Amino acid sequence: MPSGFSGGDTAFVLISAALVMLMTPGLAFFYGGMVRVKSALNMLVMSFIALGIVTVLWVLYGYTLAFGPDSFHGLIGDFSMLGMRHIGMNQLSGTIPVFAFSMFQLMFAVITPALISGAIADRAKFVSWALFVGLWVTIVYFPVAHWVFMFDGGKGGWLGDRNGVLDFAGGTAVHLNAGVAGLALALVLGKRVGFKKDPMRPHSLPLVMLGSGLLWFGWFGFNAGSALAANGLAGLAFTNTQIATGSAMIGWLIFERIKHGAFTTLGAASGAVAGLVAITPACAYISPLGSIFLGLVCGALCAWAISLKYKLGFDDSLDVVGVHAVGGAAGALLIGLLATGGGGSAAKGLFYGGGFTQLGKQAMGVGVVGVYSFVMAWIIGTVIHKTIGFRVSEDVEVAGIDQAEHAESAYDFSAVGAALSRALAPTAPAAEPAVSPAETDDTKVDA
Amino acid sequence: MKLITAVIKPHRLDDVKAALQAFGIHGLTVTEASGYGRQRGHTEVYRGAEYTVDLVPKVRIEVLAEDDDAEPVIEVIVKAARTGKIGDGKVWSIPVDSAVRVRTGERGPDAL
Repeated sequence: MPSGFSGGDTAFVLISAALVMLMTPGLAFFYGGMVRVKSALNMLVMSFIALGIVTVLWVLYGYTLAFGPDSFHGLIGDFSMLGMRHIGMNQLSGTIPVFAFSMFQLMFAVITPALISGAIADRAKFVSWALFVGLWVTIVYFPVAHWVFMFDGGKGGWLGDRNGVLDFAGGTAVHLNAGVAGLALALVLGKRVGFKKDPMRPHSLPLVMLGSGLLWFGWFGFNAGSALAANGLAGLAFTNTQIATGSAMIGWLIFERIKHGAFTTLGAASGAVAGLVAITPACAYISPLGSIFLGLVCGALCAWAISLKYKLGFDDSLDVVGVHAVGGAAGALLIGLLATGGGGSAAKGLFYGGGFTQLGKQAMGVGVVGVYSFVMAWIIGTVIHKTIGFRVSEDVEVAGIDQAEHAESAYDFSAVGAALSRALAPTAPAAEPAVSPAETDDTKVDA
Repeated sequence: MKLITAVIKPHRLDDVKAALQAFGIHGLTVTEASGYGRQRGHTEVYRGAEYTVDLVPKVRIEVLAEDDDAEPVIEVIVKAARTGKIGDGKVWSIPVDSAVRVRTGERGPDAL
């Protein structure tokens, strides 16, 4: 390997990439458990499909647009690595191979559009969703990743590299970005049939817990891996991730106990995710004590924010706005208060004597990414909605989207149902006979 | 013959089954049911949204008995199912014209 290569860093980043990959199926279960039985599979596969679409687009042009050398005022990369050409196996990005860096960043690009799907649960046409994923990552995620994550000594992305907006692992680029896109899509598609009238209880809280556990686990790759090296910065990011997540869970549960009288399972899972979201931008810049503060505040804030959809009347089905937009924005802004100047950046927040400078930069990052993502998601969503249609028909929605869109159903609980489906489906592959010929012999039947 | 139907609390099922066996009832049908009486349901909270769940889980037991046995069977069920708290359920009986044992073709009381 060329000089500067670090086996330790490379191993760490490759493992981190794999951890981040696991977050997408984790998210699928987190969301999948929260919808009703009739559309559980659709919810799972809306996340899962991002692994296919975004991976292919990343190779074709995503990586070079996001992380290729800047071609226009920090707004977009160039086309020098289309199809991942001209990337050698031994070519380095810092101390790690470019391929390792590229795959790590790919996993971020995969999960970001998957996050949006929770806002339009139960009612999107799958093909329209797939098209949206492809267009949105192209028009929104790849450029925004360039703005925020592309560092090239002051010649990289305009928000991060040129203007000092801090976003360590994607509070603005991933969570705020996905959250406001979710809001835009929820407005374009409209409310679910029966919103506010029918009970839309989660069909499986154990799946939600499984999903949030996988997310928490994978998030160590997301945040600590963003150090791109197995070093102290990764250790700090890892530490703060754990602390803020635990305290956000507590913050959410306390809020819930005061407001609704119970500590719910869904609240514990949601609070943990809210904490993960909020600490993402800040994990390398603040102190462990700051992380407790950030977690408690953001946990309670997100628990409050999810009630907005009922007050304002938009149907963000699984609270993508309340958790990801609000959590991502809050985490990004809190850097402006809590940054110690002793972590991944010398910038100090308001509480550490840094004045309002960093807070102003953070607010600019939140504002710019929020507005751009909302407007673009709204335009892309509306174009799809007016052309091929974004919503399934009302009868499909009421009957459940799994059967209509995927020709499958998530569960078959009923013995009668299984017998009926055998009887009604003569063309189905021959199943094991339910009763062997010997058992049908009258003489052998038990009284 | 009478068909005795009881809708009871699920956790009383074992006691009712045992009491009926002790009485000499050999067969019964049990179905999961849900419903409510005067006690109504309960409230569940999901991310701040409160859902009133009207229907509470119940078990429905059906027993065929000869006319003379009907009243004592009802008594047996009521005694075994009672907790004294709200939501204990209901028991009723209705006349049955005929019954056939599928395996043998026996009819009437022989089919029980």
